[in-house]
Formats: sequence, structure tokens, C-alpha cells
Amino acid sequence: MAAAAGALRRLVRCGPQQGLGRRLRLQLRSGIHGSAPAAVQVTVRDALNQALDEELERDERVFLLGEEVAQYDGAYKISRGLWKKYGDKRIIDTPISEMGFTGIAVGAAMAGLRPICEFMTFNFSMQAIDQVINSAGKTLYMSAGMVPVPVVFRGPNGASAGVGAQHSQCFAAWYGHCPGLKVVSPWSSEDAKGLLKASVRDDNPVVMLENELMYGVPFEMAEEAQSKDFLVPIGKAKIERQGTHVTLVSHSRSVGHCLEAAAVLVKEGVECEVINLRTIRPMDVESIEASVVKTNHLITVEGGWPQFGVGAEICARIMEGPAFNYLDAPAVRLTGADVPMPYAKILEENCLPQVKDIIFAVKKVLNI
Amino acid sequence: MRKMLLAALSRVLQGPAAAAAARPVSRVVVASRNYADFASEATFDIKKCDLHRLEEGPPVTAVLTREEGLHYYRTMQTIRRMELKSDQLYKQKIIRGFCHLYDGQEACCVGLEAAINPTDHVITAYRAHGYAYTRGTAVREILAELTGRKGGCAKGKGGSMHMYAHHFYGGNGIVGAQVPLGAGIALACKYFGKDEICLTLYGDGAANQGQIFETYNMAALWKLPCIFICENNRYGMGTSVERAAASTDYYKRGDYIPGIRVDGMDILCVREATKFAAEHCRSGKGPMLMELQTYRYHGHSMSDPGISYRTREEIQEVRSKSDPITLLKDRMVNNSLSSVEELKEIDVEVRKEIEEAAQFATTDPEPPLEELGNHIYKNEPPFEVRGPSQWIKYKSVG
Repeated sequence: MAAAAGALRRLVRCGPQQGLGRRLRLQLRSGIHGSAPAAVQVTVRDALNQALDEELERDERVFLLGEEVAQYDGAYKISRGLWKKYGDKRIIDTPISEMGFTGIAVGAAMAGLRPICEFMTFNFSMQAIDQVINSAGKTLYMSAGMVPVPVVFRGPNGASAGVGAQHSQCFAAWYGHCPGLKVVSPWSSEDAKGLLKASVRDDNPVVMLENELMYGVPFEMAEEAQSKDFLVPIGKAKIERQGTHVTLVSHSRSVGHCLEAAAVLVKEGVECEVINLRTIRPMDVESIEASVVKTNHLITVEGGWPQFGVGAEICARIMEGPAFNYLDAPAVRLTGADVPMPYAKILEENCLPQVKDIIFAVKKVLNI
Repeated sequence: MRKMLLAALSRVLQGPAAAAAARPVSRVVVASRNYADFASEATFDIKKCDLHRLEEGPPVTAVLTREEGLHYYRTMQTIRRMELKSDQLYKQKIIRGFCHLYDGQEACCVGLEAAINPTDHVITAYRAHGYAYTRGTAVREILAELTGRKGGCAKGKGGSMHMYAHHFYGGNGIVGAQVPLGAGIALACKYFGKDEICLTLYGDGAANQGQIFETYNMAALWKLPCIFICENNRYGMGTSVERAAASTDYYKRGDYIPGIRVDGMDILCVREATKFAAEHCRSGKGPMLMELQTYRYHGHSMSDPGISYRTREEIQEVRSKSDPITLLKDRMVNNSLSSVEELKEIDVEVRKEIEEAAQFATTDPEPPLEELGNHIYKNEPPFEVRGPSQWIKYKSVG
């Protein structure tokens, strides 16, 4: 048993890495927590589940409400096992009434509880957006600090696979636009767990934009990430891969695409620096600026639409700051195509920035 | 007889404790009265409430003690004069933006407050000045909030529609949104198990909002200790109830939720009905719905003269026949609970209080510019907030 474990560790630590999933190979190459012996493989789904379980256990005021979160174990099984463990009082199934139950979550937060309000997807949050922005986001300000709203809104955001236009919208720019809210967008399991825990403990309304296609993806989680007090700070980006030639800034699933592109480009001698934003608002512009000062080239990558998007904001902020003078070429945005999401696979694939698009953009920007 | 007089005297001097503590009340003048003239309490017949899904309703008689009566009178008069002062200040352009006045509806907020505990919770929409007062905010802080000064109850950052107090959650600008919020507060009451309830108010206009029906459903399903209260003042902005609602029986609109329709111009009716509903909620039976039939003398807001969709005659008729303050005054005077002179003295005191508050509200400075960036986040280390350009930055502290 120990021998097998030892062999496995050696396999994990160095190449050739046949037999491992492509995504995992790339993560290892990019150097994320590659060699801690106590690291484990955890899917994003399980990481979220752990975070929920730990925070429910830690603070009695925390509870989860949303459609199918209890007896169904969660539409995407994020809350699996929690209703069995915590019961009806803490895990509440709601009727299909987004505006109503979102308002209920916000009111409960105003009265001293710490609700986690799940949207089955963020597309449905549009029905409740008044409660998120006007009731949750603005109340602390309007009351001059008298009424805090410690609520977390979470759920899958952006495109899935073949779910059509009404179920594929990205809301990062919509919620990221509003002062009073915090908006986070995890990519890895560590992001998911640490950000969810940090969001629950934050005294402010936090919108957590997950991604359905990432739920089943396993990541290595270091030992410290398995601690019950492991938090990822809100408002701080993470450099997933160091580089010198170009800065790729991304959030959520696109971070993985950037790392894949970086792995291809390194063969041609191009070293990409990949930044995982982790938080949309408040955005860690300083990290992006520091990177651009170093690499002189900037590409933003996101799944959302181009107009008034996350990338547009990053470009504007870079222009306003010290990093502008270090750009050797205009900043470039890669985004979702400017259309509602079509259904057919070939069309859908071409509506999101793919690895080949990132590689093309890097070469364009570097003039190679 | 003497014992009774002394007892009455000491009761009056103590006053209804919580309310007296919240605002300065002069008892000295009253103490010089000849108490032999006044009864200590009287019993009144009140209108029977229409019932929906209820076998029994609130009682049809109510006992009013002398000190309760004086307290209700003073409170309603304070709200009345405060709203009229706001009207004045608005016309002088010292109050800006939206200003929705509550005069005519005083029996509602004062009657509700009389039936609940300070530890209970209240939430309403934007016609909220009366509630801000009954929930413990000083008149000067309400007026200073309207005039946008730093001494306002929200430091001038909220305005007319966004006033908050302990267990009073505003003041909400998007009508209807406060109803799910109220049910959420009720959920917290049930969750914490502290025997508290939430009064969740909305008007006849907002009563048609879909989210209210979503809330009825969940409140009934989960037996939330929530009293849904529709303040039906007959007009949603400029649209009369007949033109807005297929069913104007607002107390029945909760369908499976028991409801009562209450004379909202009679403070005793409001009080007794609320006590009845509160008892229902506290006993764990789930939500109840109350429709208070009331009336606003002003238009929808200060930009609405209020006579294009209703007649001056109608307004005048309500004033002369159903004014809540007059109704209470007549009851008290006719039943020896007080005298015309005593109540006039209260009027004088109230006027003085309002004048002083208005003086404060017009002389207090506006909030400092630095306040602009504050209260974005709670419990956050100070950070920078962007102003209209990249060179203008404000520091934000929670």
C-alpha cells in the first residue's frame, strides 16, 4: 500500500505524466501545489460541499435556501448530504419564487442571520435582481452603516453545455457594476472552497459566480487548503503561472483555457503570466498593473459578452494607471461572442474564447 | 379618592415607559390639573372587522386609559405636525426629491405600535416618516434627514425613503420589495426563537405586486410569524383601487392566509386588531393579513396636488368625519379622559417641539464631502472609492 502510494507520489511529482488527465497534467506543469505529500484530489463540487458543511457547523446563524437544495441534495449536488445532517431549519427548499425567496434571504440577513441563497443558475437571479442590488447592495449605504446585510448569493454562472441562450448568460459585469456588492468568481477547488468560506464570513452581500462545467473537475488541494479555517481573501488575484512575455487575465473557467494556451506557447518560447482574478469586485487592479509593467502586453479572457464587460473594465483601468506607459501594444480582450448563446455544438463552441483563440491573440499582440 | 388621585398622578408621571424614554415629554403642566375631573379609563365600542377564514375576530370593544389616550394623542399630533412641517419645508425647497407624507394615516402607525413590543420588527415602503417616529427616531433626526443634513437619522445619506431605526428596516423605495424582506425578518424571528414578530406593510398599489404573492406562499408554508398589513388609502399614486385591482378585498388576497379588514382611522380598532393578529402569529399559527382602511390628505407625494384623481369634497369629507386625531380627541373629551384645554396644551407643546426640530433641520450642516465614500462595506479595512474621475478619490470606512 505504501509502495503504491509512493509510486503514485512520484508519478504526480514529475513527468512523463501519461495516465493523468490533460487538465491535471497542465496544472502540475503550471506548478500549482505540485509536491505536497498530504495534498488530495478534490472536485470543485466537493470543495463547495465541504465549505458549506464547515460554515454551517461553525456558525448557527448560517443557513442555506434555494430550489432543490435540501431533499434533492442540490440541483447540481453541491449541497449533497447537508439536509440529512442539518435538517429543515438550516437547509430550506423553496418554491420557484426567486424574487420572493431572495427577498426573504436578504431580510433574514438584515435581522441577524447569515443566509446562503442559492440560485439554480444566475440566469434566474435576473428575476430577483432588485433584491440583490437595491435591497442587499445598497442598504448599508442608505442607512449610513446601521443595517448590514451579510448574505451570500451563489450558483452556477455563464455558459454550460448546450443549455441554450436563456440559461447561458454571464452576470460578472452586471453584478460587478454595483457598489455595495462583492463579487467573486472561483476557478479551482481551492478558490471555490476558500472563497465560499470567506464569503460566508464576510459581513457584506457577496455574489459568488460558480461554473457548472467546473463542478466535476478535480484539483489538487494542498494540506493547508483542507483546514477548516482556510480562507481565500476576497479582493486579491492569484498568479497561477509566472511569465515574462504577456499577461493573461481571466476568471472562472477561462483561467483553465489560459493555462492550456500557456502550455502550448511555452514550446515556442513564449512565457505567459496567467492571472486568476478570483474577485471581480473589488478588483485587484494592482496585481494586473504589476504584471503588465513586467510583461508589457495584456490580454483579458472571459466568457461574458464584450460590451461593458470585465475585460473592458480592466483595459480602462490599465489606461488610467501607471501600467499604460509599459504597454508595447494595445490591450486585447477575448470574450464571449456578441450573440445570444446558440444550441448546436459547433456554434456554441465558437461563441466562447477557445485555447486556439488565446494562442492567436498572444501571437498577434507579440507580433509573432 | 385621594389614593386614586395619587395613583393616577404617579401613573401619568411615569408614562408609557418606553415611549416616554424615547422623547422628552413634559408632565409638569399636567401635574397641576385637578384630577378629580378625569376618569382613569373608558370603554368604547369599535367597528367589527370583516373576517376572512376566521371564525372569530378582534374584540368589538376596547378599553382606553387616560395615559394611553394622552400618549396616542400626543404621538399622532406630533406626526401630523411633523408631516405638515415637511410640506412647508418642501415648498421652500429645503427638502428635495421624493417626499411622501403620512398625514391622515396616523392611527395606523400609532395603533400598530401600541399593540406590539419594541423588540418586534417593522418594515414598510416609502411613506415611512410616521413609522420612523413610532419606532424611536427623534423628530429632529427625521426632519434633518429630509433636509439632507449630517444630523439626519441616516446622516443625510438616505433621505425621505430610507430611514431606519432599531428593529425598523425602512423606508424602502421599490414598493413590494419590502414584503419578502419582512417575511425574511419573520423567518429570523422564528429561527432565533425569541417570540418576536414582524409587521410587514405595503399599500393598496403595491398589493398587486407578484413578489407579495410569492411571499404569502412561503410565509404560510413555513408558518412565519409575519403580519402582512395593507394600508389601503384608496389610491396607488393616481390610480384608484377600482382601476388597479380585480379584487379590492385586500384582506382576502392572501387566499389561504386568514385576514381581517380594519377601520384604519380608529386607533383603537387598529390596536385591537393588531393585538389579535400578533397573538395569532406568536402562537405559531403562521401569518395573518390585515387591511387597514385609511386615507392620506396629501397627494401621493409632494409633486402631486392630489386632486386630479379625487375630489376636494372627498378629502374634506374624510377630514370632517373620520380624522383619526379628531376621533380620539372627541372620545377622550366626551368620556372625561381629558379636556379640550389639556389637549390644546399638548398641541402647543407639540408645535414647539416641531419648530425646534425644524430649526435644527434647517441649520445643521450638510454632511462633509468625505461621507460620500463611507458605508460601502461593513467591517472592511479602509479602501479607496472612485469619484467622477480617476483623480478624485474618496476614502471609505464602514
